[in-house]
Amino acid sequence: MSNYIIETKEITKYYDDFRAVNGVNLKVPKNSAYGILGPNGAGKSTLISMLCTIFSPTKGTAIVNGYDIVKESHNVRKSVGIVFQNRALDDVLTGREHLEMHAALYGVKKDVRQDRIDDILELIDLGDKIDEKVKNYSGGMKRKLEIGRGLIHHPKVLFLDEPTLGLDVPTRENIWSYIKNLRNNIDITILLTTHYLEEADSLCDEIAIIDHGEIVKTGSPSNLKDGLKIDTIILKSLKNNQLKDILQNQSFVNELNYDGSEIRLSVDKGAKLIPEIVHIAEINDITIESMELKQPSLEEVFIKYTGYKIDR
Amino acid sequence: MGELESIYQIWLREVRRTVRHKSRIITAVITPLIWILIFGVGLGSSINMGITGGYQAFIYPGIIAQSILFVTISGGIGLLIDKQYGILKELMVAPLSRPSIIFGKALGISTSAIIQSGILLLLSFIVNVPMNIITFILSICLCMLISMGLSSLGLLMASLMESTEGFNLIMTFVVMPMFLLSGALFPVTGLPDWLNFIVYLDPLTYGVDGLRGILLGSSTLPLHLNLIVLTLFMIVTISLSAIAFTKKEENLV
Repeated sequence: MSNYIIETKEITKYYDDFRAVNGVNLKVPKNSAYGILGPNGAGKSTLISMLCTIFSPTKGTAIVNGYDIVKESHNVRKSVGIVFQNRALDDVLTGREHLEMHAALYGVKKDVRQDRIDDILELIDLGDKIDEKVKNYSGGMKRKLEIGRGLIHHPKVLFLDEPTLGLDVPTRENIWSYIKNLRNNIDITILLTTHYLEEADSLCDEIAIIDHGEIVKTGSPSNLKDGLKIDTIILKSLKNNQLKDILQNQSFVNELNYDGSEIRLSVDKGAKLIPEIVHIAEINDITIESMELKQPSLEEVFIKYTGYKIDR
Repeated sequence: MGELESIYQIWLREVRRTVRHKSRIITAVITPLIWILIFGVGLGSSINMGITGGYQAFIYPGIIAQSILFVTISGGIGLLIDKQYGILKELMVAPLSRPSIIFGKALGISTSAIIQSGILLLLSFIVNVPMNIITFILSICLCMLISMGLSSLGLLMASLMESTEGFNLIMTFVVMPMFLLSGALFPVTGLPDWLNFIVYLDPLTYGVDGLRGILLGSSTLPLHLNLIVLTLFMIVTISLSAIAFTKKEENLV
């Protein structure tokens, strides 16, 4: 068995002449949380739709849980759970009825169905609301129900397509902690698409940045940020001019700016340099008043690789 | 086994929806009664067709067939509402075959139609049509056949449509002609040739004639012929809708 639960091979989808996804090669490690980050219309949903066999690729294919998405779609479907970007709930059914129906459709045997539902209920914590019609649910509750539903047949992979789109900030954080909690409790790979950078940063072990249907960069959030080499150190001391002159000659400084009150250094790995800078100041008998390290955000990573801000 | 369970689940959802939309059942029963009581009495008292039991009794089987027609076609179009609410996507990614989805929905819609026909059949005393357990069961069986064929026709049309926008077109160009041509409101004997031809192209004609035979004991065609035509119609529409639905799947999500 491969260590990757999902491997795409030059997967491509055209809509007439429009290339929604263009020759994507992705490897998603087992039991990881993998984020596909990109602006609206970058091809995220199309990619996920192909991986969960809703759309068939124009070219290329992918292996999900050891099954080919084109030739063995039935087995792929059994292996994955999906939470769509748009709601997929029936207003007049109760939460419990949704769970029961889903379990049955995915072949969960009748005698274990109740136990599975009880397990999920513990996880999604909807309380008595579970026996009410879904039309009485809030946006966050609906989302939780959908995520719970996607888990009831014990999938190996859970696809979350923009899981917190359209939710307010507290609800979004609630869903995040729910997803994190999920990962601590069960062995599952989560593949999520998002255009919220904080979401990718907070939830994902690895990220692929997608733009115009192509992967432009992959890596862990921290690696991606380190790769930018644009940590900034902001310094203040009583002898600013003297300190500036000393630092100007250090090899680790990529760029130095001084505005009369603050020295701004552009460096590769700021955290590691702080002791060194303190040491240099000490041997030159300069007291540092304040020092601040600014690391690049995922936003800056995104801008570097795509050339624009994500929330344009 | 798995597919049967899936069909049952899709049927169950359909039935739950019907039962919970109380207003739908009420309209589905009241509308035919309005036809029978107002149209039936109104037209019946001004014409004399020489029909035994009077005009009201004559249109009673036709109105039952009409109510089935309306409920099943709009139920079939309901597939597009499932699409709108994303439920269809949930079904499409589940490990079950496309024909099972169609079959489960057709059964569910037909069940709603049967419940409603059952209520109408129990109200036969209003039009002085005698009812016993055998005619009741026979009528229900025939209604089942009609419902399965028509709900599949609705599902077939929904599979070929993009959105519910075309619903009015279907009401005007499919449902109304099917109803009016079926002989629900007038006897189909002694019509001009061109009209006679179209009347027998309408599958509902055989349903109305069959019901009339069972309930009033007077029919134009023998019952077995009606049954054969309706069964063929059902087989063709179920197959076509399953094929169209499978082929058009990418349009439907």
